[in-house]
Parts: sequence; C-alpha cells; structure tokens
Amino acid sequence: MRLELRGITKRFGSLIANDQISLTVEPGQIHSLLGENGAGKSTLMNVLFGLLSPDEGDILINGVATRISDSGDAVRCGIGMVHQHFMLVPVFSVTENVVLGFEPTKSFNRIDYNAATEDIRRLSRQFNLEVDPDAIIENLPVGTQQRVEIIKALSHDAELLILDEPTAVLTPQEIDALMEVMRSLASAGKSILFITHKLKEVKAIADVITVLRHGRIVGTAEPTASESELATLMVGREVKLTVEKSPYKPGDEVLHIRDLVVLDDRGLVAVNGVSLTVRAGEVLALAGVQGNGQTELVEALVGMRPVLSGTITLHGRDVTHLTPRKALDAGIGHIPEDRHRDGLILSMSVADNLVLNTPRRAPFASRGTRNLAAVSENAVRLVKEFDIRTTSIEAPTSSLSGGNQQKVIVARELSRSLEFLVASQPTRGLDVGSIEYVHHQIVEHRNRGNGSLIVSSELDEVLALGDRIAVMFEGKISGIVDPSTSRESIGLLMAGHTMEATSV
Amino acid sequence: MSDVATKPRPSLWVRYTSSSPIVVTIYALILGLVIGALIIVTTTPAVLDAWRGLFSSWNGLPHALNVSFNNVGAGYREMFTGSIVDPQGFWHSLVTGKGWPNTLTPLSETLTYATPLVIVSIGVGIAFQTGLFNIGANGQAVIGGIAGVAFGSMLHMPTIIHLPLALVAGVAGGMLCGALPGVLKAYTGAHEVIVTLMFNYVTYAFLLFMVLSTPFQQPGQSNDLSRTMDPTAVLPPLFGTKSGLRVSYGVFVAALVVLFAWWLLNRSSLGFDFRVTGANPSAARASGINARKVIVVAFLISGGLAGLAGVVQVASTTHYVDGTFLIGNAGIGFTAITVALLGRNRPIGIVWAALLFAALGVGGRNMQSTTGIPLDLATVIQSAIVLFVATPVLVKEIFRLRNVSTVGLQISTTGWGS
Repeated sequence: MRLELRGITKRFGSLIANDQISLTVEPGQIHSLLGENGAGKSTLMNVLFGLLSPDEGDILINGVATRISDSGDAVRCGIGMVHQHFMLVPVFSVTENVVLGFEPTKSFNRIDYNAATEDIRRLSRQFNLEVDPDAIIENLPVGTQQRVEIIKALSHDAELLILDEPTAVLTPQEIDALMEVMRSLASAGKSILFITHKLKEVKAIADVITVLRHGRIVGTAEPTASESELATLMVGREVKLTVEKSPYKPGDEVLHIRDLVVLDDRGLVAVNGVSLTVRAGEVLALAGVQGNGQTELVEALVGMRPVLSGTITLHGRDVTHLTPRKALDAGIGHIPEDRHRDGLILSMSVADNLVLNTPRRAPFASRGTRNLAAVSENAVRLVKEFDIRTTSIEAPTSSLSGGNQQKVIVARELSRSLEFLVASQPTRGLDVGSIEYVHHQIVEHRNRGNGSLIVSSELDEVLALGDRIAVMFEGKISGIVDPSTSRESIGLLMAGHTMEATSV
Repeated sequence: MSDVATKPRPSLWVRYTSSSPIVVTIYALILGLVIGALIIVTTTPAVLDAWRGLFSSWNGLPHALNVSFNNVGAGYREMFTGSIVDPQGFWHSLVTGKGWPNTLTPLSETLTYATPLVIVSIGVGIAFQTGLFNIGANGQAVIGGIAGVAFGSMLHMPTIIHLPLALVAGVAGGMLCGALPGVLKAYTGAHEVIVTLMFNYVTYAFLLFMVLSTPFQQPGQSNDLSRTMDPTAVLPPLFGTKSGLRVSYGVFVAALVVLFAWWLLNRSSLGFDFRVTGANPSAARASGINARKVIVVAFLISGGLAGLAGVVQVASTTHYVDGTFLIGNAGIGFTAITVALLGRNRPIGIVWAALLFAALGVGGRNMQSTTGIPLDLATVIQSAIVLFVATPVLVKEIFRLRNVSTVGLQISTTGWGS
C-alpha cells in the first residue's frame, strides 16, 4: 500500500503538535519516523489511525484522498497499529484476542474458533511469527505478546503496519526477532511505519528515515547516515553519544557483597551466591539479559527484598537486613527500574516528588509539620540545577515527559548526601537528550569519588558507563571484565558462557 | 529551566466552562436537581392528570406545563425553606425582631444533622486518601455513641471534665473499633472492605446487647433504651435550651476536626505519608514509608473520628441511645462514604457536601409534610448527584466542557485492588 500524508497539521490549543507534515510510505518500504519524546510522533500516528482528526491536511491511500474518522475506518483502509502498550486481554487466549471485535461466526452466531486458529497458523508460518494460538496472553513473554498484536493487525488484512516504539519493552534477542519479522513483512509487500527514538535500530532496519522535531519534519536521512548525524537532527544540537569520563582512579572499597542469596516473588532462588565489590570513584556496571536476578539483587541492596543469606557491607558497616527507610538513611541512593511504580507519585507535584523519600528531614519538616516553603525552595533549586522541564513546581509529575520524570528522580537521589548509588535501567524509554543528561549526572557522581552500581540490559549503556563490567546470568556472576572487552565476549557471558570458555 | 513561572490565572469564563473537578461537581448538582424535577413530574398524580388532559382542551399543553412547573417549584421551594430559611419569615423577623427561633429552625436542623456527618465523613475521607476503604464508619460511630453515653451517664462530675471525657471516650471507642480492621489488614492482608463491612453487624449486635443489659440499660425499663447522659456531659444548644433550636456546640467540635484534618492532610508529615501510600503503595514502600504503620494509624484516626461523630450525634440530640441508633436512614457512617466522594476527600469539600446532604435530607422532610412528595426524592437527588460526580465524562459531554484533567475526581476510586 502506498500511503501519502500531505500537510497534516494538528493543534492542541496553542500547541502545534504536528505542523504541515508530509511524507510518503511506498509499498514494501520500512519507513522510520525518528524523534524525541514529545516531537509529535504519536500524535501523527493517532491522526493516521483515526484516533485524532487533523485540523488541516489530507491522507492519501494509493493515491486516493481518504477520510479516517475512527480506528474502524483505519482498519478497513488496511492500516494496522501495534501500540507501545499492548491492547490485549491478559486472561484470553491468543485466538480470542485476535478475533476480538471482528469475530468470524458460523451458524447461530457461534464464533468460529477453528477458522480463526487456522488463520493464525497461516500468518505465523508466512511471516515467521511463531506463536501458540491456544496460549493465554498473560503467560506469554512480552516479545510474543507483541507478535500477537502483529498477527491481529495482519488478520484484518493490514497492508500498512504502524509500530509505535515496538522495541522499548523487548530484550535484545526479542529485538532481533522483531527485526526479522519486519523484514519478512516488507518483502511480502507490506509497508511499515516504524516509530522510535533508538538510532541503532533505525540504522539497522529502515529504508527511509524521517526525523521529527517539535512537530515539524526537520529532515530525511538515509540509513547510511551516522548515528551522530541522526542524533543532531533529532535533538537539534550536537549530542555526545559517548560519555566523557575522568581517568579511572579507584579508591577504597565502598560496597562489599558476599555470597548473597535472594529469592524472587515465587520463592525461587533469583540471586545465587553473588559476590561483588565496588570501590570509591568507580562505576560497576551490571550487564545481563533481564530476569537473571538483577532486579532482585538491587531490591535486596535497597532493603525492599529480604536477604536469605550472605552479607552486604557499606564502608565496613553491615547493611544486609535494612528496611527501605534505614537503607535510605544509610545513604544508599536508588534510581528504580520502573519509575512509575517505585519512583514517583504521578498525581503529586514535582516539588513533593523531589522530597518523596526525605519528607521528614530538616528543613523539609519539623516536629511533624511540613515546611512547604523549604520544599518549594528545594524544588526551585533542583529544577534549575537539573534542568527539569516543567510548567511549574506545583504541576503534577504525570504532566512531565518521561525524560523529565527521570530527571526528577535523579535530582532527588543525587541531591541528598549519598554514600552509594544504585541505578537500575536508568535510561529506559528515554530520548537521546535525556540519556546524555542522565549519563552525565551518573559520571559526575563517580568523578566526585563515589561508588555506583548501574544495572542495565542495554549493552551500549554498560559499555559507556562501566569502569568494570560484571555480567549476571541465572543468578550468578558469569564474569567481571574490563570495558575494553569486545561486545561479542560480553554477549557470550550474558548467554551463560563462563570466563574460561570465552577467553579461549 | 528559567520558565518555571506560574501560569496566568484563566479568565472566569474559561474556569466555569472547563471541566475542573469543582465545576463538574457544581454541574452534577444541577443535573441531580433536573432529574429530581423529572421524577416529580412523572410521579405526582396531579401532574400526570394534567398531562393526560393534554388533548382534551385547547390549552392542554400550557396547562400541563403550568401544573408541572408549579409542582416542581413547590417541591423545591419547600425543600429550600425547610432546610435553609423561609425568606418571608426571615423578612418578618428582620422587621419586627420577633419569631427568630422559628425562622432559624430549618438552618438549625440542617446544621444539627450536618455536624456529625462532617466529622464522620472526614474520617472516611482520610482513609480514602490513604487508599483505604473504611466501610465500617457506621459501626465505629455506634461504638463511639455507646462509649459516650456510658461515660456520660454512669459517671458524675463537673462539665469541664465530664463533657471532654465523654467525647474522648467516643473517640477511643471508635479507634478501638477501627484499629481491629487496620491491624488485620496490615499484618494478615485481610481486605479492609470485608472486615469493616462485617464489623458493622458486630457493632449492631453489641448495641442491642448493651441497651438490653444492666447497667447500661435505663433502670426500670424493659425496652431497648440506654441511660440518659448527665446534663454535664451533653453538648448544650448554642442559643440555650429555651430557644428550641437544637444546633449545639458540636459545630465547634466539627470545626476543630476540619482544621485538624486540613493540617493533617496538607501540612503534616504523617498526612504526606498517607497520601503517598494512597496514591502509590509501591513507591511509598520504596521511599521508606512503613506501610503497616500507615494503615494502622490511618484506621485509628478514621475510626476515632467516626467514634467522635457518634458521640456528638447523641450528645447534641437524644442524649441516649436505643436499639435503632444510626440504623437505616440515620446511618451517617454510610452516607459519609458518598459525602467523602462528593467532597473529593478534602476537608473543605466535605463540609460543603455534608451541608448539601443535610439540607436535602432535612428539606426533603419538610417537602414531604407540606406537598406530599415523598422524602425518597431527596435520596434520589443525592444519589443522582453522586452518580454524575462519579462519571465526569458524562457531565463534560452534557455541558460541553473544555477538557481539563479530571484526575482529582477519580482519586477516591483507587485502592480497591490492594
């Protein structure tokens, strides 16, 4: 299908979310829409999918101007959308989810599950979308759930697929698998609009790249363009993709973990005898595919998960069995993996979130009464110092972009006097500009002579930040290596090979 | 960024046409009254007769409309004069200086009903803000009332000690009754909705047991009737006994509770913990808040306020309890749940909501006795208002309001899952 957008403009009050956007997607083309959070990518896709109506401009499908007034229209026009947050019913089976809303029926209005299942099998064979039609959605890994979304779109005869930030929730392996699927879809003549802010993926898969900034198209690029060229287009200024660090000068041991054993929520051993040391002035990066015990290790460090055996010492002081409160007071800073779940109160103001874990500390409160003037003062100072973009310090945190929400957490943690920083996936879902900023802050913290443990499933991040890199696999440390080690060797460690095997 | 400036205040027109929670609440009130009017029209026999005669004469339609408007007008007029003030009587009193007690009786009755309702609703609202559903406020108020009557009738001492003691006894009774579900939730995970709901039945049974057994039962009585509080323990009427106005010093107790709750929720560290826990228990834990402590303390405060409401109710009206204390329509602990919702769990909002509910209840009684429109209409209007407040999208559609966040309206519906 050939899709053409001509001069699409969408305004929200005085804000112009899309300003005269024109682009063309050819049949069999993977067209990548690149832009920072808030650049207007999602608005444009919602216009295209009929969820928003444009103020100006036309949508042309195979050369014919088409009005898309709701998502049903979009589906009938052959447009399928895979949302960033999946629209699946967790307790239904794959087949039930695929037919939902468009149930094929046989006599007496009974749903024809057999036909649907056949359809799913056919599509999964055709496009390498391996999935069991009878599986229940909630039991499936995220990558497979995404495949179900794609199958669902294809089963409605989609000729153009919109993939909205499809890789944000995937592991590296799942990303590779998704890329395979995208290629096979394109070679079958389907058009793909791929929305992302990840430069590597764009370069790896896109045929054409359109870059969006502040609601406007600021340029198109070939996939051969370098990452820094793309980043500059996207952010509007030069971006440092590598982190500048002062020379590595490790000091005394700060954190010492010995033979740590921690259970996960199901009561299975998640951390199985891990021993690690972090020195002053050092970032220890913990690499590994998600779900190999990193989350549990971090939770044990910050007092949110009981330690079964082993010890954790901070500056020689035993901090093994602390409550979250005591861990905070001991000076352990925490940038949580899931900022919406553990890091922020979205309905509360930026100012309140900036004192979320120190509300009783002077000068923010005395004798049980909060000192709101001090809280505001603190917020004004941190908003300035950490460049948090918000309309007001009283604005609810939910009104901030993801990058600025993360800045709130980083500002809160780094502004209290820390002994040690634990950061889990500190840049997940952030745009390039924000990633640069968060990395800069973490390195600053290190340069001041503090110890940090950074957990990340992004190899780039691990390599950029780590002074030493520990790789975790199935609850154990499979190796500790130097950042100059090749990606391939670290990849092997992540897959469970041991040091001896990799050094051969 | 330097653009951290306060946004200019929007114009009056924008504020009244945007869907801010307060605006939605006001429009919900209007819709509630419209529904009430439709019900009056469709259920009053005189109005229906007029409509039946629509085609029987040339002026059928004007007549039917006229009768409809007259009946609705009369109903709402009686509701207003019965709960707030009769303008004619007010003018008469103002000119002649006579008849003030009569003129003020409706307002006095509304305040008498609203006083304990404000207190118990604030208790429920504080629990809501913490993400806890205190469905047992009524039971806690019953226990508070029993404790207040017990201390007020069986001990004898001067007012300066006796009255505070009776009030404190009520608070303690409510706290005790609230602490149990709190502790059960904090330490065993028992769902507070189930536990508090069931506790209501326990407290009813306890009430019946108490009013039928010595030494709590009124001596020489075989009915379900308690002893009467000493005059030293009751909340005296504001304008003296001779005025006949029932509104008591309880309004000052309620005012203190409002002040306390405002400080607790907006200014205290403890209230901050409450709100953080209510909004996001997971982040609360990560921020070092002890969830168990918060649950137990929130229930103690919520139960304590419900208990206080119970004792204020009895000490400002009957001065004794019987087997029907706070049962059925009088169950202010249940009304409190809707009042807290309508007031969006904020002390000032709850005051307005409680006054509205009290006025509808008191005015509804007047309407029933003068126009024959049943009191249930007041309940229907109350329910309709709450339904509209709970569905801001509908209100926004009906009045074509501008889209502004309605997060504040939905906050009280979080917490069921935990």
